[in-house]
Amino acid sequence: MAQVAARPASSVDMEGRPWVGRSIERVEDAALLTGRGRFIDDLGSPPGTLHAAILRSPHAHADIVSIDAEAARRAPGVAAVLTGEQVKALTSSLVVGVKAPVECWPIATERVRYVGEPVAVAVASDRARAEDAIELIHVEYRPHAAVVDPLAALAADAPVLHDGFPGNLASDRSFSYGDPAQAFADAPHRFSIDIHYPRNSCTPIETYGVIASHDAAEDAFDILANFQGPFSIHTVISRALKVPGNRLRLRTPPDSGGSFGVKQGVFPYIVLIGAASRAVGRPVKWIEDRLEHLTASVSATNRSTTLSAAVAADGKILALDWDQVEDCGAHLRAPEPATLYRMHGNLTGAYDIRHVKVRNRVVVTNKTPTGLNRGFGGPQVYFALERLVQRIAIGLSRDPLDVIKRNLVPADAFPYRTATGALLDSGNYQEAIAKAVDHGKLAELRERREEARAQGRLYGIGFTAVVEPSVSNMGYITTVLTVAERRKAGPKNGAQATATVALDPVGGVTVHVASVPQGQGHRTVLSQVVADVFGLKPQDVRVNTEIDTAKDAWSIASGNYASRFAAAVAGTAKLAAERIAARLARIAASQLNVEPVDIVFASGFVASKHNPENRIAFSRVAALSHWSPGSLPDDTGQAIRETLFWTPPELTAPDDEDRINSSLCHGFIFDFCGVEIDRTTFETRIDRYVTMHDCGTILHPGMVNGQIRGGFAQALGAALYEEYAYAEDGSFLTGTFADYLLPTTAEVPEPQIIHLATPSPFTPLGAKGVGEGNSMSTPVCIANAVADALGLADVTLPLVPARLADLVRGPEPEPPAGQLKAAPARAGDRRLRGDGSASVNRAPEHVWTMLLDPGTLQAVIPGCQRVDRVSDTHFRAEVTLGIGPVTGRYRADVQLFDLDPPHAVTLRGSAEGALGFGNAEGRIMLEPDGKGGTRLRYGYDAAIGGKIASIGGRLLDGAARVIIGQFFAALAREAGGGASASAFSLPALLGWLARLFGGRR
Amino acid sequence: MTRLRADSRHPIRFKLNGRPVEGEAEPRMLLSDFLRHQIGATGTHVGCEHGVCGACTVVIDGMLARSCLTLAAQVDGCEIRTVEGLAPSADRLGILQRAFRRNHALQCGFCTAGILMSLDHYLRRHPAPSETDVRDLLSGHLCRCTGYTPIINAALQAAAELATAIEEKPDV
Ligand code: FES
Ligand code: FES
Repeated sequence: MAQVAARPASSVDMEGRPWVGRSIERVEDAALLTGRGRFIDDLGSPPGTLHAAILRSPHAHADIVSIDAEAARRAPGVAAVLTGEQVKALTSSLVVGVKAPVECWPIATERVRYVGEPVAVAVASDRARAEDAIELIHVEYRPHAAVVDPLAALAADAPVLHDGFPGNLASDRSFSYGDPAQAFADAPHRFSIDIHYPRNSCTPIETYGVIASHDAAEDAFDILANFQGPFSIHTVISRALKVPGNRLRLRTPPDSGGSFGVKQGVFPYIVLIGAASRAVGRPVKWIEDRLEHLTASVSATNRSTTLSAAVAADGKILALDWDQVEDCGAHLRAPEPATLYRMHGNLTGAYDIRHVKVRNRVVVTNKTPTGLNRGFGGPQVYFALERLVQRIAIGLSRDPLDVIKRNLVPADAFPYRTATGALLDSGNYQEAIAKAVDHGKLAELRERREEARAQGRLYGIGFTAVVEPSVSNMGYITTVLTVAERRKAGPKNGAQATATVALDPVGGVTVHVASVPQGQGHRTVLSQVVADVFGLKPQDVRVNTEIDTAKDAWSIASGNYASRFAAAVAGTAKLAAERIAARLARIAASQLNVEPVDIVFASGFVASKHNPENRIAFSRVAALSHWSPGSLPDDTGQAIRETLFWTPPELTAPDDEDRINSSLCHGFIFDFCGVEIDRTTFETRIDRYVTMHDCGTILHPGMVNGQIRGGFAQALGAALYEEYAYAEDGSFLTGTFADYLLPTTAEVPEPQIIHLATPSPFTPLGAKGVGEGNSMSTPVCIANAVADALGLADVTLPLVPARLADLVRGPEPEPPAGQLKAAPARAGDRRLRGDGSASVNRAPEHVWTMLLDPGTLQAVIPGCQRVDRVSDTHFRAEVTLGIGPVTGRYRADVQLFDLDPPHAVTLRGSAEGALGFGNAEGRIMLEPDGKGGTRLRYGYDAAIGGKIASIGGRLLDGAARVIIGQFFAALAREAGGGASASAFSLPALLGWLARLFGGRR
Repeated sequence: MTRLRADSRHPIRFKLNGRPVEGEAEPRMLLSDFLRHQIGATGTHVGCEHGVCGACTVVIDGMLARSCLTLAAQVDGCEIRTVEGLAPSADRLGILQRAFRRNHALQCGFCTAGILMSLDHYLRRHPAPSETDVRDLLSGHLCRCTGYTPIINAALQAAAELATAIEEKPDV
């Protein structure tokens, strides 16, 4: 339950603060429940606004040989088509997160480095026409080999993405705290674990949106975007748009449909659409679609980690050795490599470990650039650390909970400085665990496991203890720099929060903050906090959380990230309100003839504590500065508006030993869960999930639990279902919500939530962040339970049934040679292989001729627009083809080899179109069927990429078969005889496929 | 049946929450876009445009439908209900909406309109659902904020309340 922090006495009597700590109804809800939300795409845009659509790369790595946009530029309604060249002329490179001669543009220039990278922007009178226009743009690519795995990217012969990085290594730093070498040398045990944390994203249900306009008269931009901060990015944007910061007015809409960090990643599009508006001299609007979002918005980092521990016989961890290889995708966009350094102070988790060695490498790969995502670095770190703790327990034949308990930071040690520099503000981890074990009925859960196992069921229990950092130190990212580089760059530290409290002429209270909520109810909580200061009701306080950088108070730390609202922003609002209240107290004291210390704010009045009858309406006192400044007591100053900035002194820059207090507050989470895995399907079912949170003072219990549940559901998705999957060639495979699976009501159980509150001594309200904890704790807790159930040493997320089946049973045997099967060989493989046969009631010679005749081919290839013969053995074709929901035009190029008329021919071809590319090879064999007809046998092998791989993957095998069937049916018809019923075969197939999924060479 | 030409706009008329509305649309225009951008009924949201997230759910002639998978031209002459039509009056919330607010069943509110439409439609026909029924029904909606339980609780509370309210006042 809520517990109010004991705070030092403030200038204002806070007796019986009634609102903070209550789950009042949210002021945000009525509008949202009646369809009156104001999300970016709900807001009107200025007359004459144009709409943008973005052409994106189907290739993971390729040179752009040429872009022909003439047809698109001439299309109806099109105002402009911008390519990298034009955008480059209007902007400068985005800031890259490390010092290196590398550029980063919001659109590809000369080379594409990930699937979905913007290649051209069409601006037209409406969205549909802009989309029509991008289909008319013809881009010729010269593909390169791609690299998608971070460790492979380090190999000497790996394809190199940027000439300015040595190999693909963007940063390589080593750190040592204490004496890890000695600790490892002395320790009786050493345990080690290798982790490959996958890519995923919290995928808000509302996608990105930007409405930009450029005022040529003043050379200034006015941009509305559902950006979430941090506003340090404002400097990146203004620099890229080549205007000073005071000429970039960045605004946010009143409502934003979720973010979870992800909407930080809209900023390259702010630059891109800003540049487009400058080019066309009109406002330009762009709303991202879901395919764009999943493919190319932003992602959490995937990371390969080797973590080792030096361990005493009793399970005490003496030292850690971290070797982390962080994959930031194709570009190192600001603020990356922040994901890697956000946890730097917390690499020892909840444990008292004094010796730590760290090597941090950052690599680039042919995948979407990474950025903020709920948990931000925590899931990656805790997956390694807490998996290792379980392994230590198993290795020492101890209970994992014993190992956790043996290593916890002692309860009397707070504030506790970790080896790597974090200052853990408060907590009592032992008490939290004891309470969770008791209330969460761990003993009963253990019995359930015994019972289940006795019945031969696969049941496991997992534990995890994590420290949840919140309120980021704006200087932590400079830990990536060497001490010398930091000295040169100047100090970076702190986290300026701001709040403005204003009184209107009739005594109404307005609060403004730069916290940019995306559903977290900031307006409600601030109305509670400020109502308490003034003795008002929350409905008397109106809160505005929109931000307008031209008019509002803000700092680089503004925004909604690193769980900073409750700890920093709400506290700052309290301080601002108290400052006004102190002045009002002086004004009221002079009116009531009492001392200011005798003043109390309660029930809408300002009164004398000793004589409550001696009072004056709050609104009267509040209005006085407006109406009669002359009657204010001397040197009170105005009591109209107060803007306060607050930054915690604890957030200092990294020291010369690279110790960094990366965050201000540290909540504690202890989770355990029981899972059962179906022996047949390998589906994981959560039997019970218990999550204990200490987030300090709770301002609104309903919302705190809402954050925990929401974070838990996302983390469950990360544990069991979600992965931004790439094929080896860099094709993106999960472009729809049918491929990237989010948990639904059917999968998400209700976690048991337990609280303990040790208020933070460092924040004005005693609150700490709470929104990101389960993103850090839950994936590894479930993985530990699954490992326990299956007796596995290594588990990789997401724990999809196929992967678990592989781990338990070993991989499926390959089919016998020569027996091609049509299904993809494994998940993530977008090769299509198949074979079959068909009959045509004409002699082989006749069929042969038909297969080589463009006229026949055009007639029998489904969707074929035209076939041109380049030579006798080389054809080009245009086809329109629909796979599942997507229909597109493809240009195919097919060549024939190894001709053995009329017996056999090999076809090799490639195709490409707006929806993707592919290549295929196949062999057709014709033989007389003995009845005057021909029996055709075929085999094919095709690879596909681009949009079609992202959204149609699941449908491709079936589609290929259908299309091939259609081809042979048509061939038989064209031949004038009936086709045999098993009309499947191949030649067409091949050509077909070739164009379809056409190709890359 | 009217023949539609791909390159021209066609008049479309239907009833939206009981009131006649009209506009023009090319045959390819989605109902979701038409509602939002032509009519200005922006309460219906678009989260995926491929039929999975459920944010765009509306009721067409008494049937639940994904407005992102429906063409505007298909609803000519139909009766459509959207989230804007749920509240009994502009300054009051309906029982289901109040239950959502009470249970903190929304955070960003982006998914909410579609979920409300599905529930409103369902609860009118199934006044006493079990938790499993509601979970089943809502498994066609994605919410990224809430973890769903508060939505389920709100739905069950609203169902109980509606059952009483309908007995007393059949038009609620
Ligand atoms: S927008 Fe229609 S289902 Fe997602
Ligand atoms: S409330 Fe945000 S997606 Fe459901």
